[in-house]
Amino acid sequence: MTNVLINAPKAAKKGEVIELKALILHPMESGFRPGTNGTIIPRNIIERVVATWNGKEIFRMDFSPAIAANPFVSFFAVAAESGKIAFRWTGDEGFAVEESVAIDVA
Amino acid sequence: MPGPKKGATRRTFLAGAAVVSVLPLGAARATPEAMAAAIKEVVGDKPIREGRVTLDIPPLSENGNAVPLTVSVDSPMTEGDFIRAIHVFNEKNPQPHVLDARLGPQNGKASISTRIKLGDSQKIVAIAETSKGEFFSASADVIVTLAACVEDLT
Repeated sequence: MTNVLINAPKAAKKGEVIELKALILHPMESGFRPGTNGTIIPRNIIERVVATWNGKEIFRMDFSPAIAANPFVSFFAVAAESGKIAFRWTGDEGFAVEESVAIDVA
Repeated sequence: MPGPKKGATRRTFLAGAAVVSVLPLGAARATPEAMAAAIKEVVGDKPIREGRVTLDIPPLSENGNAVPLTVSVDSPMTEGDFIRAIHVFNEKNPQPHVLDARLGPQNGKASISTRIKLGDSQKIVAIAETSKGEFFSASADVIVTLAACVEDLT
């Protein structure tokens, strides 16, 4: 629920190419920056986001420390069937967040 | 014999100090060679051709902490001919990798957007892998006035 923003159309025609956008709140600490006490702040990033449409994977992206804080990702998908588009982010320190939106395909 | 001995220790100290001050810089930066090696890891010995890929990134960024990046590839995205993956690399961030995205015919359009960090003015390279195993690339030079990863702002 928290700290995730998914932007997807609520309804689409079958076969239409739609844009899906997702934003998640995360510091994406690169592990290369010294903190105020001079020691390196340990790396804490999201390593991967996987998008599924009714459980079937449609997109995945592996992140690196070079992805900006509060990672935003946008991509396209063909509207095939009504159901659920789910995003799952996983990363360092056991980070795992899943969020989904419903879509109506006619 | 305090004179020469003292000189020797100072020399060793200076040499040591030079090594210490150079090492972290060398270790903390990706280089064009590191980028080439990272690209080779993905592509192997296959040829990389220019074209088909559009890398959209502002040529001048005031803030390297979040630079918008869009990679689109010209492809019909059908079952028989689609883009399998998009990889993005950089030259001068601490690591050469930026992102690896996996696509397929279900995407309809081979285009992805995100925001990246840039530690310095540098060259960004995007490589697309087609379903036939071919590689296409595009590159862009970016000037960054405020680099990312410099200090803790919190």
